[in-house]
Amino acid sequence: MDATSFKKDFPALRNTDLVYLDTAASSLTPTSVIKQMNEYYEHYPVNVHRGVYKLSFRATEMYEAARNTIAEFIGATFEETVFTRGASSALNLVASAYGLTNLKEGDEIIVSELEHHSHILPWQNVAKKTGAKLIYVPLTPAGRITVDNFKHVLSDKTKMVVLTHVSNVMGYETPIENIITLAHAQGAIVSVDAAQSVPHKPVDVKKMDCDFLAFSGHKMCGPTGIGVLYGKKHLLDDLEPIEFGGDMNDNVEKYDAHFKDTPYKFETGTPPIAEAIGLAAAIKYLRSIGFETIYAHENHLKEKALDALEKLEGITVYNPGTDTGIITFNLDGVHPHDAVSFFDEDNIAMRAGHHCAQLVMRFLDVPATLRASFYLYNDEADVNRFIENVKAARAFFTEVGF
Amino acid sequence: MRQLENLYRQIIMDHYKKPRNKGLLDDARYKKEHIKNPSCGDDVTIQTFVEDGIVKDIRHDGTGCSICCSSASVLSTRLKNLPVVEALKISENYINMITNKPYDETIELEDAQAYEGIKDFPARTKCATIAWKAFENTVK
Repeated sequence: MDATSFKKDFPALRNTDLVYLDTAASSLTPTSVIKQMNEYYEHYPVNVHRGVYKLSFRATEMYEAARNTIAEFIGATFEETVFTRGASSALNLVASAYGLTNLKEGDEIIVSELEHHSHILPWQNVAKKTGAKLIYVPLTPAGRITVDNFKHVLSDKTKMVVLTHVSNVMGYETPIENIITLAHAQGAIVSVDAAQSVPHKPVDVKKMDCDFLAFSGHKMCGPTGIGVLYGKKHLLDDLEPIEFGGDMNDNVEKYDAHFKDTPYKFETGTPPIAEAIGLAAAIKYLRSIGFETIYAHENHLKEKALDALEKLEGITVYNPGTDTGIITFNLDGVHPHDAVSFFDEDNIAMRAGHHCAQLVMRFLDVPATLRASFYLYNDEADVNRFIENVKAARAFFTEVGF
Repeated sequence: MRQLENLYRQIIMDHYKKPRNKGLLDDARYKKEHIKNPSCGDDVTIQTFVEDGIVKDIRHDGTGCSICCSSASVLSTRLKNLPVVEALKISENYINMITNKPYDETIELEDAQAYEGIKDFPARTKCATIAWKAFENTVK
């Protein structure tokens, strides 16, 4: 794959020497997505489901066509595809609507230290309010979730399994299909955080057989402010809405109201219309390249970067076995916030911090790390500049006395 | 020459490697303020002892990047033994300088002047101001 040719699809990469290595936080946006969203704002920027005029009809059609595109993309149906503000709000919806109602004292929720805060805090809340217990899958010394370790914590008390598909810090892929089969055999329900997998590899919710799955638009070349919750139809049918208001009802009386069917009962208020249309355009863009191509490309760049990092002194890579384009590392003895300013000066954008995953930081026993993540618009020249900068940073911080 | 080089060469590395007034005291006369920057994990505690309107002592402890840790040390040397009113004035002036707001250049910041370059690194202003804000809270 010639990534150099993809750079031109991204306005943020034109006429700049920017090396963007923070896709795991947010990806860049291609022209086709921006154009599609502009078209909404320029030609039919009106509300959906409400107006009986032509423009509103068009907005509604485009919005619902986007839902169909997204549903088909993950192997779900229209009714099983709920629009949310992002993966965080989708994961919260599962915890609030399913967890708070269905769990009770004595039940167990299996989670992991690899979870993003958005997949751990909602379930801490459920545990506190219902008396259910959080049970952590023991990680391997490298920090992985394995099927064997999962079996150690799975029991007839397990009612909920809450795991990430790909860790946003370690880049490890969870053996989620095997885990789901085992969880279902115990009658447990499984919520999957797919924010770091859906943008990079084909995910089929039916094949995976997850009960709930969430992802965000802004990590897959789509806009911010939109995410998707997939839920099995019969589960969504049984859930009560957690937000009430306009559009989610079909009959309102003084002391009672009747709610629409899924997905609408979860989507009160004016939805992210331009964002839904933009996300569908992002999916179209990624598919035009092909996920196998994207995955192979990221993997190639990651391997090249890892090979070079391993040869350097004074650098610690925390996930040499990473399965994806995510590399987490530190310059020994240099706080990542000191280090990241060095890279920033050469216009290399990278994440420094705890990545909203403080439990992983505790597992690694570090306050924070640097994280470089690769995507389709990165190329070998980016890897070379990244490595040259790591070398220069190492020399600089050693020289000034770190 | 890198901007960053200017920044680190000066006072900062000295105070980062050899912090003054570091370590908290178990003394009821001291007022304590703890601030965390949750986005990066900078974590600073400042302790001050004020008597007769004078900042008699400043202690600090915490973890974080070099800018954050060294600035706690720098402020402890700059503000110790000053009247509270004057210390607050210097602190306010310093924070204005870091955050690129108008500030009074005639106020002598001494070692703290070294952080002026932070204004070229807007993502780091929090690192350079967190200890000073904690200090202000202990005397306000």
